[in-house]
Amino acid sequence: MKRLGQMKRSTRTSLFTYALVIAAFVIVQLVRTFKEGGVGSVLEGQLIPICAYIVMALSLNLVVGVSGELSLGHAGFMSIGAFAGSAVALGLQSSLGSAPLRLAVAMVAGAAVAALLGFLIGIPVLRLNGDYLAIVTLAFGEIIKSIVTNIYLGVDEDGLQFSFLSNTNQLGEGGVELIRGPMGVMHSQRISSFVAGFVLVLVALVVIFNLVNSRTGRAIMAARDNRIAAESVGISVTKYKMIAFVVSAALAGAAGTLYGCSQTTFVATKFDFNTSILILVFVVLGGLGNMWGSVIAATALTILPEALRQFSDYRMLVYAIVLILVMLATHDPTLRGFFDRLRGKAVRGLDTASIRRGGKTEKGGDAR
Amino acid sequence: MKMNRILSLALAGAMGMSLLAGCSSSGSGESSAPESTAPAESGAVEESTAPTGAAFKLGGTGPLTGDASIYGLAAYHGAQIAVDEINAEGGAIQFDLRYEDDVNVAETAVNAYNTLKEWGMQISLGSVTSTPGVSTSALNFEDRIFALTPSASSPSVIADKDNVFQMCFTDDNQGSASAQYIYDQGLGENIFIIWKNDDVYSTGIRDQFVAKADELGLTVAGEATFTTDTSTDFTVQLTQAQEAGADLIFLPIYYTPASMILTQADQMGYAPEFFGVDGMDGILTVEGFDTSLAEGVMLLTPFNADATDEATVSFVTKYQKEYGETPNQFAADAYDCVYAYKQALEAAGCTPDMSAEEICDALIEVFPTITFNGLTGDGEGITWDSTGAVSKSPKGMIIQDGAYVGMD
Repeated sequence: MKRLGQMKRSTRTSLFTYALVIAAFVIVQLVRTFKEGGVGSVLEGQLIPICAYIVMALSLNLVVGVSGELSLGHAGFMSIGAFAGSAVALGLQSSLGSAPLRLAVAMVAGAAVAALLGFLIGIPVLRLNGDYLAIVTLAFGEIIKSIVTNIYLGVDEDGLQFSFLSNTNQLGEGGVELIRGPMGVMHSQRISSFVAGFVLVLVALVVIFNLVNSRTGRAIMAARDNRIAAESVGISVTKYKMIAFVVSAALAGAAGTLYGCSQTTFVATKFDFNTSILILVFVVLGGLGNMWGSVIAATALTILPEALRQFSDYRMLVYAIVLILVMLATHDPTLRGFFDRLRGKAVRGLDTASIRRGGKTEKGGDAR
Repeated sequence: MKMNRILSLALAGAMGMSLLAGCSSSGSGESSAPESTAPAESGAVEESTAPTGAAFKLGGTGPLTGDASIYGLAAYHGAQIAVDEINAEGGAIQFDLRYEDDVNVAETAVNAYNTLKEWGMQISLGSVTSTPGVSTSALNFEDRIFALTPSASSPSVIADKDNVFQMCFTDDNQGSASAQYIYDQGLGENIFIIWKNDDVYSTGIRDQFVAKADELGLTVAGEATFTTDTSTDFTVQLTQAQEAGADLIFLPIYYTPASMILTQADQMGYAPEFFGVDGMDGILTVEGFDTSLAEGVMLLTPFNADATDEATVSFVTKYQKEYGETPNQFAADAYDCVYAYKQALEAAGCTPDMSAEEICDALIEVFPTITFNGLTGDGEGITWDSTGAVSKSPKGMIIQDGAYVGMD
């Protein structure tokens, strides 16, 4: 306990986040294995989407919280990852037998395509600031949606066939339609698993914490806190923002693949502006720059709409009210003070007066 | 002082929740009627059955809120009327119906399906719309829960699944039937198609329509597309149609955009013939839509609310009394689904205490063998083949004086 107290705060937070994710995973796995009926069909069905949304929230937090740029088109990268990854997974279905290996290959492909697109989009976008950047990312999200809706991709023994706007692919015997335009992707096998989702969350955490707590990460945060000051000491603002943006896009692409391969069917319109906003809500609710907050917020807000089914038609209304109340509660200084005092008491109870904790958490700062 | 504020916030939250909980108990979602009637009545009829087996647990997902809610609510209400009738008769077969909202989104539909599975659903009404239907039917297949969907018409819903059946004809079938119908009746010389290219349903029908029109030698003068985001303004598409000299516009789309197309064509002073498919059904119940604009619109649908046979009249009267509107084909399809289940369960000798899998195996055997007479179909009886597709021919309807009238 003493050693924990002497650690750097950033290390302590990373360890806490890893512990949180691993503990949650172990508990869920134990319940799934040993309790009859597992965690229940509803939660069981949501496990993989929850993992995907956690990674989405983490990756967006890197852009919004750490790099300080408001991106409203993050679902676009998820879409790219979902479609590219699913196409790879479907294409390899006959040649690569092992489902986890196929998923891994698909995820790498999804991440690579999303990263490439993130880089291309980043070139014009990251020259902009603030509101302008937000609006341009929003537009990119919509463009990605419109383009993906019109892509037809198929594969047969002669190779890949691609057509745009209307389906002119002539697939031979045994050919597979990978992307079917407005009808999206159809999987005959769902290869995503909860374990894969957990591994992806851990990978995302490792990547993000190592990036944030490195020299590069400090340069990114310096560029966020004061662009002019950062430039004056020789930090290339665009370069460091680009690093954060591309890493974020790659993680979102991998999350998209995980999501896509967990669904029987999905369409491009699923990854619309609303999904981008939903992910932004996870990030804001969890706290900007706060990774474990994103994990909890993404989990809670994915489960919440299903937990509210008893309200039937008023489900989404109640969801909105709960959201407002939670936002008010978590950002109310009185309540924050209350929880900080509670935490202070708990820490003192555990570890008699050896650690003096600062109590107050800082506002929107570095990775906690 | 601080504690007071926290307390008041918590109390305000609790009050807000309880207020809404109060509202929803009278709303739809989970059906309250059979739960109060079914156990009591069936208990009286068959006291010997196991406690869990009072009634078959019948579940379905559909868009009860959101853009496509007319379909989901119609199917839910139609099924509810059938269930109420069957439960009131008090025979051996009793149903406990529960519908869950899927907002016409595949991911939510999976969650809704899992909610029903957790509830103990034994037989399923699948999903009301196509995209969610593809997702939930895959789960039906994996979990061995038999499904008979009222209206998820995409061929992918039943493809490669032995335990998923359809009550509606497939999209392909509708596309070619529409072309055939237009050709046979000589309805149009120059056909223009406006379709929604991010929708499975619309794309499926359009592709098949164009293929069939080619085969028959119908002239497709042109086509224009729209997406969910651009479904508010159709002046561009209508101008294209006008310039192409189209005298018949084929609309393989849902009724909401269709109602806007009709309104905007009227504003432009452009009056071609309009021909729709079953998604057009429901256009007369759109709020704020001037139904006089729909006069003369033709559509294909398996159900005619103006039919004079006893079953239809009784269903329509009950539906109007209960929900204050004329039922569309989605309601009729769902109503038929429940009665088809009743007939099949009787034929298979299933009892409510059987597991979902046992019922599933029995129904797979029985369904291709029965001939069902319902509200939809044209009096010859409905049959299914073992792939799950239904033998049913669409009826041509025309809207006259604010009502659907049979065309032939």
